Amino acid sequence: MSDQHAFPSLSLVPKAQAAQSAKDFKTDQEVRWCPGCGDYAILAAVQAFMPELGIRRENTVFVSGIGCSSRFPYYMNTYGMHSIHGRAPAIATGLAASRADLSVWVVTGDGDALSIGGNHLIHALRRNVNLKILLFNNRIYGLTKGQYSPTSELGKITKSTPMGSLDAPFNPLSLAIGAEATFVARTIDSDRKHLQSVLRAAAEHRGTALVEIYQNCNIFNDGAFEVLKDATTAQRALIRLEHGRPIRFGPDLGEGVFRDALTGELHTAPVTPDNEDRVLVHDAHAPNPVTAFGLSRLADNDTLHHTPIGVLRSVERPVYDTLMAEQLATAVEQRGEGDLATLLAGADTWTVE
Amino acid sequence: MTSEVDQVEAVGDGSDGPLGRQGPSAPRRAKPIRRLDRVIIRFAGDSGDGMQLTGDRFTSETASFGNDLSTLPNFPAEIRAPAGTLPGVSSFQLHFADHDILTPGDAPNVLVAMNPAALKANIADLPRGAEIIVNTDEFTKRALSKVGYALDPLSDGSLEAYHLHKVPLTTLTLEALKESGLARKDAERAKNMFALGLLSWMYHRPTHGTEGFLRQKFAKRPEIAEANISAFRAGWNFGETTEDFAVSYEIPPARLPAGRYRNISGNLALSYGLIAASRRSGLPLFLGSYPITPASDILHELSKHKNFGVRTFQAEDEIAGVGAALGAAFGGALGVTTTSGPGVALKSETIGLAVSLELPLLVVDIQRGGPSTGLPTKTEQADLLQAMFGRNGEAPVPIVAPATPAECFAAALEAARIAVTYRTPVLLLSDGYLANGSEPWLIPEVDELPEIKPGFATGPNTPDGSFWPYLRDPQTLARPWAVPGTPGLEHRIGGIEKQDGTGNISYDPANHDLMVRTRQAKVDGVAVPPLEVDDPDKLARVLVLGWGSTYGPITAAVRRLRADGAHIAQAHLRHLNPFPANLGAVLGSYERVIVPEMNLGQLALLLRAKYLVDAQSYNQVRGLPFKAQQLADVLWAAIGTLEGNDGDE
Repeated sequence: MSDQHAFPSLSLVPKAQAAQSAKDFKTDQEVRWCPGCGDYAILAAVQAFMPELGIRRENTVFVSGIGCSSRFPYYMNTYGMHSIHGRAPAIATGLAASRADLSVWVVTGDGDALSIGGNHLIHALRRNVNLKILLFNNRIYGLTKGQYSPTSELGKITKSTPMGSLDAPFNPLSLAIGAEATFVARTIDSDRKHLQSVLRAAAEHRGTALVEIYQNCNIFNDGAFEVLKDATTAQRALIRLEHGRPIRFGPDLGEGVFRDALTGELHTAPVTPDNEDRVLVHDAHAPNPVTAFGLSRLADNDTLHHTPIGVLRSVERPVYDTLMAEQLATAVEQRGEGDLATLLAGADTWTVE
Repeated sequence: MTSEVDQVEAVGDGSDGPLGRQGPSAPRRAKPIRRLDRVIIRFAGDSGDGMQLTGDRFTSETASFGNDLSTLPNFPAEIRAPAGTLPGVSSFQLHFADHDILTPGDAPNVLVAMNPAALKANIADLPRGAEIIVNTDEFTKRALSKVGYALDPLSDGSLEAYHLHKVPLTTLTLEALKESGLARKDAERAKNMFALGLLSWMYHRPTHGTEGFLRQKFAKRPEIAEANISAFRAGWNFGETTEDFAVSYEIPPARLPAGRYRNISGNLALSYGLIAASRRSGLPLFLGSYPITPASDILHELSKHKNFGVRTFQAEDEIAGVGAALGAAFGGALGVTTTSGPGVALKSETIGLAVSLELPLLVVDIQRGGPSTGLPTKTEQADLLQAMFGRNGEAPVPIVAPATPAECFAAALEAARIAVTYRTPVLLLSDGYLANGSEPWLIPEVDELPEIKPGFATGPNTPDGSFWPYLRDPQTLARPWAVPGTPGLEHRIGGIEKQDGTGNISYDPANHDLMVRTRQAKVDGVAVPPLEVDDPDKLARVLVLGWGSTYGPITAAVRRLRADGAHIAQAHLRHLNPFPANLGAVLGSYERVIVPEMNLGQLALLLRAKYLVDAQSYNQVRGLPFKAQQLADVLWAAIGTLEGNDGDE
C-alpha cells in the first residue's frame, strides 16, 4: 500500500521518493536563538517529525513573520519565507490557495500573531485555509528585548510597563475558537512526545490548524510555564486531553472536569464514586464549539492551574483553497476554458473598413 | 480632418429624409437634419436618477454607430446622497465626433437636467447657445428652494442665453406607461429612458442595442423591461412629433484606422490586460485585493473570469491583499493587487518586502483625490511620489502609467513584462478618470500580444551543485525564480538583508552597500522604449510633457495651438521609473518645458532633480481632468513669453 499517503489530508502533495530523516530537514545555517531558548526544542521536534509526513521536502513551505520564532524557516531545509511582522498568515494564504500541492506551515509568536497580525490570524482561521499555524507563545516580546505581549498577564512588570501592564491578555485558544477555527490545540516546548502528537493531529487535519506551543523565553520571561513542566506541580496544573476519554488529572487522576448542569460552565472537582460517571468525556469533534471554548477558559491565567493541553477542537469544514479550486473547475465546466480573443472582443463590436 | 478648435457648429443643413443607420424600430424622419462634426452631451440628475446608466447606454449606441468618443462619469461618493441637493448630483458627459477626439470635452453643447439641482450644479459649465433639456416636473417650489433658487430659472429669464427645452419628462413617462400596470413609483423611474429616447432621436443613435440591453437587464422582470422600452420609444417619438424639437443632428461615423473596435473603460481594459498577461506568460493570475473606490471594478471583473484560471481573493484588508498576492508569486503565480492611494500606503511595507525578495508583483493604483480619504470618486495624479519613494529604505520600483482608458490594456501587459523579467514589484498608476472613462479600442490580435517568459529556475546554478537564490542574470540583474515543488532548489528568502549570491542572512556593511546599489541598478536598467516626441515642423521651442491621463487634454490643446499656427512639441511619459534613456536629451533640446499635472508638481520635481532642467509646472487638483482650452491658454502664454523675451533682447 505504498501508493497511499501516510496522511490522507496531504493527498494532493507529492509523496517522498525515499525515506527521510530529521537530518534532511536541517540547514547549514547557524541557529542563532539564545542558548537555552525553548525554540531549540521545538525546532528539533519539528525536524524529527517532518519525515513522518512522507511528502517531498520541496513541496513543504515554512512561512513566518517577525520575531524570535520567525527565524524558524531559515533552519528548515524546505522552501521558506521570513516575511514581515504579523503578515505570515496572509502571505501563506495566497500561497496555499494557489498551490494545492504544497504543505504550508506558518510559524509565529504571540506578538506576531496576536498583536500586529491579529487580523490576518482570525481571517485565516475563519476561512479554513489549508495552513498549519504554530504559535510559539512565550508571553513576552523577545526580539525587541522584553516588552509585555498580548498574552502577558495583567500587571506584568516589563521594560515598557515598569508599574505593571494595564492590558488584559488574550487567551489565544478562546480567540481561535471564536474566530471559527476548525482545529485548535495546545502543547509545550519541553514535552517532545506530546508536541509531536499534536503536530501529527494538526497535519492530519484538513484546513487551518492552530497549535499554541508554550515556549520558554529564558532571557525575558524565564520559567513562565514552569508550573506545567515541573513533575510535581504539573500533576495538579496540567490536564491532558484525549479524545473519547474522561477528562481527569491530578495525583492518581483524582480530579476531573465537570459541567455545571444549571449554567453549562466547566469546573474541576475531586472525582468520587458518586460523580465519576459525570466526568466530562472529551469530544474534540463536537460540532458545537461551546465545550472546547469552556476548556480553553479552564486555566487560571495567572497561576496556569488547570491548563488543558492536547487537541481541544478538531472538526471538518470545507477548506478555502479546495472551494476556490472547485469554483475554477466549475467555471470551466460551465463555460469552457476561457478564450482570450472572444473575451477581448466582447459582445458589441464594429468594424472600420 | 476637423480640429477641436471650434465649438461645435452645424455644418450645412444636411439632407432631409431617413438616414442609413437607424434602429429597426425607428420610424421615417419627417424633420430637417443638420450635420455636425462633434457634440458634447452631459446627462445630470439625482444620484438615484440613473444618469450613469443613461450615459452608458448612449455611449454604447454611439460606439456601435462608429463615432469616436470619450466619456467622463462624475458622481458623488455617497451611494444615495440626499435627493434633490447639489451634493447629490450625478452626471455623465460624453463627447462624440466624426473624427479622432481625445477628451470628454470642455463644455457641453447639451445639458439634460433632471431636476433643479442638476441645472444649478452644471449651468456654469455651459457656453452661451447650448441646449438645455429640463424635466419641468421636478421644478417645484420646494425643489427650487432646496438648492437656493429664489425664482424659477425656467421663467425668470436667466436662461435666455441658452436654447431651453422645457419637457415634463415625468408626466410624459407616466402617460406613456399608464397601460403598463406599474405602480406610479416604478413607472416614474423609467424617465431616464424617456430622456435617452429623446436624445437618441436628436442625434440619430441606433436604438436596438438599448432595447436588447433592457430586455437582458430586466430578464427576470419582463414588465419592467417592457416599461423601460416603452418609455425609451416614447422619448424617441416625442422628439419626432413635438414642435419644440425642430431639427435633429447627424454626426457621421469617425474615420478611425481600419479594424474591429469595441468601447472600453480603463478598468475593464486593465482587467483584460491582466488576463492577457496571464495567458501570454503561462502564469496563473492571482488577485489579492480589498474593495476600494475607484479600483473595485477590477476585482469585480476578474472574479467573473474563473474559467481563465483567475483566482480572486477578497482579503480582510489591503495588507492581506498584497500579502496574498506576494505569497502566490512565491508559488509561481502572476501576483496582482489592485487598490487606490490609501491602499498603497497600507501595502508599502509588503511592497518593500517584494523589493527585497525580488519576486514579480503587480501593484495597481487607481489614483483618486487625496490625502487620506480625500475625494474617493474623483481623479488625481498625486500618488507618483508615493509610488516612487513611499517605502522605508532604498526600495526602487518600476512605474508604468497608461495615458488613455484603452491604453490600460497594454500598460497591464507591460507592467507584467517588467515584473516577471526583472523579478520586481511594479507600480501601475492609473487614475479615476481613466478607470471610469471609456473610448473606442482597436481590438488587438491575441497572437500579436507580447510574450512574457517566466524562465523558472529548474536546477542548481553553481559548479558545486548548490542553488544560490541571489545569483543574478548578468544582463537583467534578475535573480532566479525557483518555485516550491522544484527539487533541489529548496531555499529560504526573507526581508533581512541577504548576502549577494547565496541569499544567506548578512549584516556585512559592504554587502549591504552592494545589495542596495544592485537593486537600484536593476530597476535603473529596466529596458523601456525611448520617449517619442511629436514636433512635426521641428520649429518648436516649447515642449509640453505629461504623464498618465492628462494625455487627452494636452494633446487636444496642442492640436488647437497648431491649428492656429503655433509651434509646440509634445511628449508623454508611459514609464516613470526608469525614465526613457533619451528623456534628458529631449528636455535639453527645448527652451521651455511645461509639465501639466493633476498634483502640485510631482513629475516636475523628479525632472528637476534628475536632469537639472527648469521644468515648469502647471497644476490643478480639482478632482477633474484638465480642459483642453485651459491648457491651450497656458501653452500659448508659454510660447508668447518666449517670443516676448526675444523682442526685449
